[in-house]
Amino acid sequence: MEISGAEALLECLKNEGVEIIFGYPGGVVLPLYDVLYREKGIKHILVRHEQGAAHAADGYARATGKVGVCLATSGPGATNLVTGIATAYMDSIPMIAITGQVATPLLGKDSFQEADITGITIPIVKHNYLIKNVKDLPRIVKEAFYIARSGRPGPVVIDIPKDVFTGKIKFSYPDKAEIKSYKPNLKGHPKQISLAAKEISQAKKPVMYVGGGAISSNASSEVKQLAEKCNIPVTMTMMGLGAFPGTHELSLGMLGMHGAAYANYAVTDCDLLIAVGARFDDRVTGHIPKFAPKARIIHIDVDPAEIGKNVRVDIPIVGDVKNVLKELIEKVAPKEKHIDWITQIEEWKKKYPLSYKKEDGLKPQFIIEEFQKLVQGKESIIVSEVGQNQMWTAQYYKFDKPRTWISSGGLGTMGFGLPAANGAQFGKPDAIVANFAGDGSIQMNIQELTTAVNNRLPIKIFVLDNCFLGMVRQWQELIYERHYSHTNLCNNPDLVKVAEAYGAAARRVEKAEDVRAALEWSLTIKDRPVLIDFMIAKEENVFPFVPPGQAINEMIID
Amino acid sequence: MKHTISVIVENKPGVLSRVAGLFARRGFNIESLAVGITEDPSVSRMTIVAEGDEKDLEQITKQLYKLIDTLKVFDLPPEKAVERELILIKVAANEKNRQEITQIADIFRGKIVDVAENSMTIEITGDESKVKGAEKLLTKFGIKELVRTGKIALQRGSAE
Repeated sequence: MEISGAEALLECLKNEGVEIIFGYPGGVVLPLYDVLYREKGIKHILVRHEQGAAHAADGYARATGKVGVCLATSGPGATNLVTGIATAYMDSIPMIAITGQVATPLLGKDSFQEADITGITIPIVKHNYLIKNVKDLPRIVKEAFYIARSGRPGPVVIDIPKDVFTGKIKFSYPDKAEIKSYKPNLKGHPKQISLAAKEISQAKKPVMYVGGGAISSNASSEVKQLAEKCNIPVTMTMMGLGAFPGTHELSLGMLGMHGAAYANYAVTDCDLLIAVGARFDDRVTGHIPKFAPKARIIHIDVDPAEIGKNVRVDIPIVGDVKNVLKELIEKVAPKEKHIDWITQIEEWKKKYPLSYKKEDGLKPQFIIEEFQKLVQGKESIIVSEVGQNQMWTAQYYKFDKPRTWISSGGLGTMGFGLPAANGAQFGKPDAIVANFAGDGSIQMNIQELTTAVNNRLPIKIFVLDNCFLGMVRQWQELIYERHYSHTNLCNNPDLVKVAEAYGAAARRVEKAEDVRAALEWSLTIKDRPVLIDFMIAKEENVFPFVPPGQAINEMIID
Repeated sequence: MKHTISVIVENKPGVLSRVAGLFARRGFNIESLAVGITEDPSVSRMTIVAEGDEKDLEQITKQLYKLIDTLKVFDLPPEKAVERELILIKVAANEKNRQEITQIADIFRGKIVDVAENSMTIEITGDESKVKGAEKLLTKFGIKELVRTGKIALQRGSAE
């Protein structure tokens, strides 16, 4: 029996285990939406802007480890996905973005709602496809999912013209993707692993530097085993938070531009740096010649192009982080505490703790700490927008488990948090999902409150509202002589009324003594989103702060 | 330093744009690029001449491998490769200098492929220095138009 391309696409998605897609209809995807109308096996979530669909699919993928799927029509629908695709690309998130395209005879004619989305997305996808013949559809979908989730994960765009949706095929789904030019190397070279084991046993001041790769390869337990077996202090990138318990005595928290002082000092002073699924981003390294200047560097990564891209590496190991760590753990000899080193780090921790002044207004750090106390022991996922809200949350919330922290790292996309929280809540319906937002970023995808309300998602949105585009203001204060050029957001709308208009529960909090009760109240609401507008100290800064271009041990601490 | 890089790719629509875009995006200038199918029609070979140091070459090679359609990438150092380029030069010519132009073409084992009242078009094939030499000598007649294929290259002896 022959079925249509649209029907075949849904069969492919079901074969890949897809349960949910986030999308928005339009002209050329009508044949697909007509099939979705009858579809029982896949849930379609109607967003209110295609960017929301991409971020929701991304948040879903980050929370669950599965491939997130989003769907948009041709032209503007597809281009609205672009920021979301780039966000997923920079953070190596497995995602499939399906876009409708004008019918093949109309391609290249500047037809209505035509945009060359495969051309547009080349720099921000792991791969993309334009399906010109319905017969290729099952094979391409199979390949796309394989590419998105294997090796270093990433987004794949599948562009499907209208007449491919309506074309007919005899459907059969391939068991395996055969791509002769794509064979990710997952197993680390045994000789390199032995060399690394030797370095680890000789090191006197080792530090593990763990990135998002440890989370995407589900290697948290291996990170912990190696750290504990050899007593190695562990620092994490923002993307790596949760890969190693933040409350563990060996945890140094986050490093880099807004990292803990003791983490940056430890990296600067260490004699061996073990980079695990991390990519030496400029927000981590600061001035590169002064980054870990005394250290030999072991770099474990599944992507060979990351090795030596930003820093020189002494022992590269290309392979899946989990596989490599497993073998490394077997080969390393257990080590007692490096007494002097650990003592030194303890001293730094005592002398330069993460801290803020509790007086002078409502402090965002306090709100984050209070919320953590409230949800301790409960399954919870913390999301953020981008800016000060993100950095305070990364610093003050102690993540103990992977996939409980969802934030746009590489691209730094304002407006990511709310739709990503929606996606995470769909993926983890029983978890408490909270989005720490800023008063700037929350408005960038505020329309996604509708998606949350319509689906009765009990997400919590905590706006750390300082009436400023806070992080930019901070840079203006510290680097641009307090020239607050276009960062004052005092003419914002009343966010409580906005949230209520959307059908969310909302209130405003201005005093520290009201924080606890408001947070508790937010947890009692289970049938719709909650927004709390916290009027925080206006000019509170994120410290430590390494000014751009400086070495990471040259930070402004307060 | 100049590098000649051979990139073997799947012969699919859009591959050229992926490869060329990658060079631009990562900050490598392409000096020349020649592309065509190989003995296997499903596979194309691109010969790209680009400027960069060893570190740049390593990074661009790795980035090229990240493209799903890339099968193989290798550097072709001049001592290990046979290199050719073809150029067509249209020079201003008249009855008086036609003889001289023909002689120069002969010296470079070039071919006269078109003769008109006011011009001659010469085809020259060779490595970079030969082609440059011919171009230099023909300049004095006045070059009206010039086109080059870009360098193509193969490893000497048995492949690999």
